[in-house]
Amino acid sequence: MTIRNDIRFLLNGDPVSLADVAASQTLLDFLRLNRRLTGTKEGCAEGDCGACTVLVGRLSEGQLRYEAVNACIRFLATLDGCHVVTIEHLRGPDGGLHPVQQAMVDFHGSQCGFCTPGFVMALYALWMETPEPTPTQVETAIQGNLCRCTGYEPIIRAAVAVSRYGTPTADLLAQERRRITEALQDLRDGTRVVTGPEDNRAILPADVGDFAAVYAENPKATIVAGATDVGLWVTKFLKPISPAIFIGHLEGLKGIEFTDTDVRIGAGVSYSEFGPVVDAHFPHLAEYWSRIAGWQVRNAGTIGGNIANGSPIGDTPPVLISMGAEVTLRHGQNRRTLPLEAFFIDYGKQDRTPGEFVESITIPLPAPGTRHAAYKISKRRDEDISSVAAGFAVTVETGTITAARLAFGGMAATPRRAARTEEALIGQPFTEASFKQAARRIAEDFTPLTDWRASAEYRSTAAANLLIRFCHEQTTTEAVRLAVA
Amino acid sequence: MKDQITTRDTIRGAVHTDLRHDSAIKHVTGRAEYCDDIAESVGTLHAYLGCSTVTHATLRSIDLSEVRKAPGVLGVLTAEDVPGVNDISPTGRHDEPLFPTEKIEFHGQPLFAVIAETRDAARRAAELARVECDVLSHALDPVAAIAADYPHVTDPLKLERGDIAAGFAEAKNRLQGRLNVGGQDHMYLEGQIAFALPGEDDDVIVHCSTQHPSEAQHMVAHVLGVPSNAVTVNVRRMGGGFGGKESQMNLFACVAALAAKTWNRPVKIRPDRDQDMTATGKRHDFVIDYDVAFDDEGRIQAVDGTFAARCGWSSDLSGPVTDRALFHADNAYFYPHVKLTSRPMKTNTVSNTAFRGFGGPQGVVAAERMIEEIAYKLGKDPLDIRKANFYGGEGRNLTPYHQEVTDNILDRLITELEDSANYRARRAGIIESNAKSRFLKRGIALIPVKFGISFTATHYNQAGSLIHVYSDGSIHLNHGGTEMGQGLNTKVAQVVADAFQVDFDRIKITKTTTEKVPNTSATAASSGSDLNGMAALDGAEQIKARLVAFAAEAWGVAPAEVVFLPNQVKIGDDIIAFDELVKKAYMARIQLSAAGFYKTPDIHWDRANGTGRPFFYYAYGAACSEVSVDTLTGEYRVERTDILHDVGRSLNPILDKGQVEGAFVQGMGWLTTEELWWDDAGRLRTHAPSTYKIPLASDRPRIFNVDLAEWSVNKERTIKRSKAVGEPPFMLGISVLEALSMAVASVADYAECPRLDAPATPERVLMAIERLKGAA
Repeated sequence: MTIRNDIRFLLNGDPVSLADVAASQTLLDFLRLNRRLTGTKEGCAEGDCGACTVLVGRLSEGQLRYEAVNACIRFLATLDGCHVVTIEHLRGPDGGLHPVQQAMVDFHGSQCGFCTPGFVMALYALWMETPEPTPTQVETAIQGNLCRCTGYEPIIRAAVAVSRYGTPTADLLAQERRRITEALQDLRDGTRVVTGPEDNRAILPADVGDFAAVYAENPKATIVAGATDVGLWVTKFLKPISPAIFIGHLEGLKGIEFTDTDVRIGAGVSYSEFGPVVDAHFPHLAEYWSRIAGWQVRNAGTIGGNIANGSPIGDTPPVLISMGAEVTLRHGQNRRTLPLEAFFIDYGKQDRTPGEFVESITIPLPAPGTRHAAYKISKRRDEDISSVAAGFAVTVETGTITAARLAFGGMAATPRRAARTEEALIGQPFTEASFKQAARRIAEDFTPLTDWRASAEYRSTAAANLLIRFCHEQTTTEAVRLAVA
Repeated sequence: MKDQITTRDTIRGAVHTDLRHDSAIKHVTGRAEYCDDIAESVGTLHAYLGCSTVTHATLRSIDLSEVRKAPGVLGVLTAEDVPGVNDISPTGRHDEPLFPTEKIEFHGQPLFAVIAETRDAARRAAELARVECDVLSHALDPVAAIAADYPHVTDPLKLERGDIAAGFAEAKNRLQGRLNVGGQDHMYLEGQIAFALPGEDDDVIVHCSTQHPSEAQHMVAHVLGVPSNAVTVNVRRMGGGFGGKESQMNLFACVAALAAKTWNRPVKIRPDRDQDMTATGKRHDFVIDYDVAFDDEGRIQAVDGTFAARCGWSSDLSGPVTDRALFHADNAYFYPHVKLTSRPMKTNTVSNTAFRGFGGPQGVVAAERMIEEIAYKLGKDPLDIRKANFYGGEGRNLTPYHQEVTDNILDRLITELEDSANYRARRAGIIESNAKSRFLKRGIALIPVKFGISFTATHYNQAGSLIHVYSDGSIHLNHGGTEMGQGLNTKVAQVVADAFQVDFDRIKITKTTTEKVPNTSATAASSGSDLNGMAALDGAEQIKARLVAFAAEAWGVAPAEVVFLPNQVKIGDDIIAFDELVKKAYMARIQLSAAGFYKTPDIHWDRANGTGRPFFYYAYGAACSEVSVDTLTGEYRVERTDILHDVGRSLNPILDKGQVEGAFVQGMGWLTTEELWWDDAGRLRTHAPSTYKIPLASDRPRIFNVDLAEWSVNKERTIKRSKAVGEPPFMLGISVLEALSMAVASVADYAECPRLDAPATPERVLMAIERLKGAA
């Protein structure tokens, strides 16, 4: 195994090679402090305001793909083999303002201007993917961007109008796509990268096998995939993460494979990468999926990370548990598979031995006869952590409920099923009366906490009411919840 | 600049025209420079605050030995290191030490600062202090503070008119209630920051993100024990202010300056977002008790209101903030008999401060709650109750502070909005559809706003400017106002361009600095353009007068024959370029620089007696909002908002519209999802955007129609007859709260006022629904 000690990437127009990159070094600090690229701003250092949005281009199955991400919680070492694009790199074909910039100017999309570079970068990423977005698509793309001045209306107007100012094919990044792709291919040498001082070590395994080996050797290492949580350990809590094993680049963890009955996804699949699967196979999850964090976080964060992290308020476990997902863990060359619900033992405690990691998740495809729903309740509709999250899968045979999987997040120390409530449904007809009866059991299943997101009383009431909502959505055409658009 | 003789008949960027923000291109390219973007000189040090982890305690000692030993640390600053006065109280009450010596007054209170080679080193070292103290019991909110017999942080205000005892005795209907309205964090995207550069002798230059450079200057001088002339404070622009940088920057400016002078090296201080939100003040939460009497038509007879505010540990600006709450407790309504009392309560929380509206919104929301209560009680449309109570008509124009309302335009404004929003038909439709829809309910509300313009501290209503015309005809503009996104610099430059009749581009907009214009007031109270526009105009007029006199003499014509045309000057029968006249004037040794000044006329205020004319004029507005509510979860969505707002003759309609839109959404956020939540131990747990939720793009109204009342002209002689715009539209967000309330009320057939407290989070909405369902 060859080991490389420097990080190589492209920054705007230039190749960069950095030796001794500390694991905890963030991209934002590198841009602002080391390179004085001060157009990228720090607003919150926790991935919640988007003022630090940059584009990261990476090769995915040979294709160059640019994504908007938060530089504040992106570790510098993870950019190995990537192309980082900051606001300073934007220009129009004539060398003047970029179409996104010109639209923002013409529609008065900036007031104080501090959030503006972040908005421009998010809208740039949107425009490359969706040159003529609807207002709803724009809203989704800027879920991760806060503006305190404008009220957003002029920004939306600008975003909808960008294509009047230019086409993505004429864009600098499109023009240079081939050259950048080749340059990034050249940077891929298939080696393990180890860099940073001994007490702040960053390790980038060469592939999944190498990861399994290196983690088995360093079972106390911090595994970092999208860094959307670990980033905050560093920026907010000043926690050491050394040695950190960065796995976001491992293509071997990004597979999405279908069988007749299920889909198996690698633990490194991001929320955004899973989006098309949701749309095609799990339509009941579509709205829910678009409400997980903001776009920048969905581009970086992984489903495996959301599970392995073990949080009681992670968004994916409740819905995955309701669908009967299984998780495959790997230690060295050994693998084992268990139902996802069994993975969560208690607060901060999962069924994962030292050196073992989440490798993949297997989700059964919806079976006929089973009715699915996914619900998220939060103080703010978008980019908020849920007060209550729920995934329901209820099987009905000839009018009678024969199976029920009702999983909740935010209701207990772990994401888990409502056993008594489920039991109350089994054998009952699929009617409001049955669900009302069952909803009373929520209080027996859960004793939630009161905190700044919601009171225990609210969580219990809302969780019970979600059963009523579910019943009505399945049995009537009347609008029961607020539409997204 | 080259001569620009053009044949255009108007200048670029004239007043009353749409002109983009002068920094727009810099904003979108990332080239606009904020304080943290200024290149740091070699040797720059970084400061970080060490803060308390208890809520209320007697301080015994702070052991900083581990802090001093930490890697990269040069030293620490505590109260003992203050050479001047250890106080940063903006009103001179001496109740706000920079660092405490005897007591810890809130969780997160700054106790000391660490100075290190890097920000990271300073931040890590700040965690290493050991504080010894005796913990005391605490009171976090005004109700607890009153119960614990806590003092007022400043003298309460009482406004009284008429005879409320008689008013209540005569009235047929009477009701009492309590409204809890939460505070609000500014959540400016650019946090607090200061960067100080030591100079020779006593001198220090401080770059700071501040709305009030003069106060920062005076405070730094006061803390350093040097005269104000030794201290220069600069601010090119802020990444948002909203009142949060009117006094809250003092701490950071003083620490940076003190450290810079102590180590004789440049020092920067920038807290992280959590520290910014825990250590600096916010909008005041209020608990408002109201008692209102009214007739069967809903006409208010008497009002008795008590406004208790969470002021925090020191007075800061709580006096004028709670005063302004009372000044706006009438909103647009005449109260025949009235008594309003403020209770600025001390609490063991961060000291609350200015925030867009400055207490006014809390007053207005109370007035609107009373209207709502009356409407539900009488089973009427709240808009009819509003109309019955508007100022106007014989003997119905006197405010509770005895100022006559003489410029009321609400009748026309409301009528126009009622029509354009199709309010009556939509309300009827909503009531009909609510009866059919089982789970989703809608609500609609149309509310007015009347907001008094002027600082109630009369002496703040002054401003200065400094204008240079260089011999090439280019113009340098400086004034005492600060740019925080509102477009003040653009508007003031438009005024100057208009005065000289030159293109806007000819005017260089420069940073605000205490070196150029002294003794300025905060850019606050919506007064920025009113005050600084007038001061700039005064400066420009002085130079113009000299140019006219020179031209008249040189050409041998009467002064009246010297006329400024677009980029040209007509002198008798000659027309020459503006630049040419300037050059000739320079050669003739004419002074081409002037300091302008303005003070608002006709205002006065006698606080002891609660009478006077604190406001030069009123700005008006109205909003109609419709919401949908999911009665199973309390989640909601704003379906449509229509706004008609009064900015007089707008200096720049597109920028003013931006202010209205932004203020509305911010006001809506205050009343809906923005929740400050303290735990029992006194820790603020919503202290970053991950936990404190300001509106996102998807929260703005699905349909959002915003218009300016183009027909409105300020009756007073303000700058080009415009009106202030920063704060008034903030209160239009109250329409969302009341629309939510109506949707909630629908579950009990509108028989009861839901008394929805703010912020009306989905939780509060659902709990109100459950309460009403339970009672029905």
